[in-house]
Amino acid sequence: MKNVLILGATSGIAKALAYYFAEQEHNLLLAGRDLEELQLIAQDINIRHGVEVTVHKFDALDYDGHADFFTTCLEAAGELDGLVLAYGYLGDQKRAENEFAEARRVIETNYLSAVSVLNIAANYFETRKDGFLCVLSSVAGDRGRQSNFMYGSAKGGLSLYLQGLRNRLSKSNVSVLTVKPGFVDTKMTFGQPGMFLVAQPEAVAKAIYKMILKKKDVAYTPFFWRYIMLIIKSVPERIFKRLSL
Amino acid sequence: MLKQKESLIAGWGNHPAEVCHVYRPDRVRDITELLAAGGEHNYISRGLGRSYGDTALNAGSGVLLHTQFARFLHFDEEQGILECEAGVSFEEIIEHFLPRGWFLPVTPGTKFITVGGAIANDVHGKNHHVDGTFSEHVLDLKLLLASGRIVHCSREENADLFYATIGGVGLTGVILSARFKLIPVESAYIEVDYIKARNLDHAFELFAKTNDQYQYSVAWIDCLSKGDRLGRSVLMLGNHAPASKVKQADPLRIKKKPKLNVPFNFPSFVLNQLSIRAFNFGYYNVLNKNAVGKIVDYDTFFYPLDSIHNWNRAYGKKGFVQYQAVFPPETSRQGLTEMLKRLSESGRSSFLAVLKSSGEQSKGLLSFPFKGYTLALDIPVHDDGLFPFLRELDEMVMAHGGRIYLAKDSEADPATFAQMYPTLGKFQQIKASVDPNNVFSSSQARRLGIVEESR
Repeated sequence: MKNVLILGATSGIAKALAYYFAEQEHNLLLAGRDLEELQLIAQDINIRHGVEVTVHKFDALDYDGHADFFTTCLEAAGELDGLVLAYGYLGDQKRAENEFAEARRVIETNYLSAVSVLNIAANYFETRKDGFLCVLSSVAGDRGRQSNFMYGSAKGGLSLYLQGLRNRLSKSNVSVLTVKPGFVDTKMTFGQPGMFLVAQPEAVAKAIYKMILKKKDVAYTPFFWRYIMLIIKSVPERIFKRLSL
Repeated sequence: MLKQKESLIAGWGNHPAEVCHVYRPDRVRDITELLAAGGEHNYISRGLGRSYGDTALNAGSGVLLHTQFARFLHFDEEQGILECEAGVSFEEIIEHFLPRGWFLPVTPGTKFITVGGAIANDVHGKNHHVDGTFSEHVLDLKLLLASGRIVHCSREENADLFYATIGGVGLTGVILSARFKLIPVESAYIEVDYIKARNLDHAFELFAKTNDQYQYSVAWIDCLSKGDRLGRSVLMLGNHAPASKVKQADPLRIKKKPKLNVPFNFPSFVLNQLSIRAFNFGYYNVLNKNAVGKIVDYDTFFYPLDSIHNWNRAYGKKGFVQYQAVFPPETSRQGLTEMLKRLSESGRSSFLAVLKSSGEQSKGLLSFPFKGYTLALDIPVHDDGLFPFLRELDEMVMAHGGRIYLAKDSEADPATFAQMYPTLGKFQQIKASVDPNNVFSSSQARRLGIVEESR
């Protein structure tokens, strides 16, 4: 049995991942803000798969609480074999351009808070010399686009941070997986205009799980997003800036 | 605030299809916020969309998808009492609890339905004559009212609301969760006897003779045969097989079978008088003689069509209608004879016709089955002439003191419905007390006059 901590466990992809981990007989620690919702998920997973599931209060923006949070999780589980960071905040691009508070929330949630909690986790796994970190970034971080560059820039920063972390932890047998999901059928995308090739969270979760086992570095999911982003990244800036993407 | 998706959706019969504003809440407070905001005229809950007609449609207004409310909340291993959210499907219940020795107390002919839908339509199965409807095994449920308040309903607590909600097609509020009893079984298999009936009288005779020996009974009826053979059928009678009779190493498990799929809507000429006749003839004659004591897995016995994904597409783009009526014992023979005659005279044949003896009525105010016999048909929509024909059937059913099933109806009119369901007035009274502004409504509810046209 392995213990996996999932941060932001009520999000669509994280939920699907949690169920998949449980099916593969991993015990789970589910963390997030909405304890009531987490409790529902935990009970359900326990009834379905018989694994141990505990829930933990986690607030991404409460930086001072992160160390205690991590310690509590460790105490509950004995040891951790992996961590999934799955929370994020899409925010409102237009609002973020006009209200700094919104811009700040997007950047802090998606980047700064991840740095804070991953720093703590990285030290633990580095000493343990085993385990994995799986972090949900976004294809939006591959190229800044006018429609969502606030979110994109924070996720882009996160992707770069993870590159560095991977570089550092590779010596300690700790894998760091950067996941870049395309459009996935979650609450974030339901009813959103302009969606295409929308993937089911269960399929995405299965793919991510495989990537973790294979100790991959960067996973686009569904896989074809790697090629979509390759095209988008290779459009010369002088043309790209005139596009309304 | 929850986003909506404007979508053209339909029930399982693909008729009618309507543009609705579909929401997919994933927390209860998403729903309460939505109701409080009053963005839509009204809302109706929708599970897996297996009701045939417009029960879970709401043209130009809100539809609440329950797919995210699909969690098990508690399971009492001793007594087999399961509590779960309304969006949990029967398939999932079987998948997780049959290997532990528990089965659904009542199941219709598909497992791709939700617990909420089973309660809202008060579904019945092949064991109606002994075990009643699904709701009769429900201990209590949680209902979200139009006011945003969540109430507990059971036979003791808010009993009026409980009996309005079971069979109430989602019009009293949003069913959030329910507690119900599973039944203990030794195996995932059913011991089945197949017996042929020469005609309708013979079928009645066989039902009467065998009803107390079998938990499950149903007859597949050849609705194309006429004269002396009118109503010739094959009775399928079954009981849960004891573990000792099953040869498998683990009698509670069955192998996953590959699924077939109907990839697109078949052209409408595929199901015509001839192909239906061939199917019916073949089906009846494939059993050379009566087959006794066959052991079949639960999937084959309960859910023969579930193994073909999207089988509804075989009926083509225009879709099909299901028509199910129940007749009281006194008029069953006459009513069914007339119905089968009309059907064969009209040249509209049914691919599948299922005859079943039904037991006592549940206390659900709009619950369908009562003591007698029920006949279910599915008829392809080839032309608009079908609907006047169904009205004729309605008249006939009404004349014999029978009634039709809301989960399958897509054409009846208010007067007919009111006469078939004498407790409609009481239902409306209870609805008015919890939902005076008709926050919960559906295309069907408005068509049948269960709910006033506008808010």
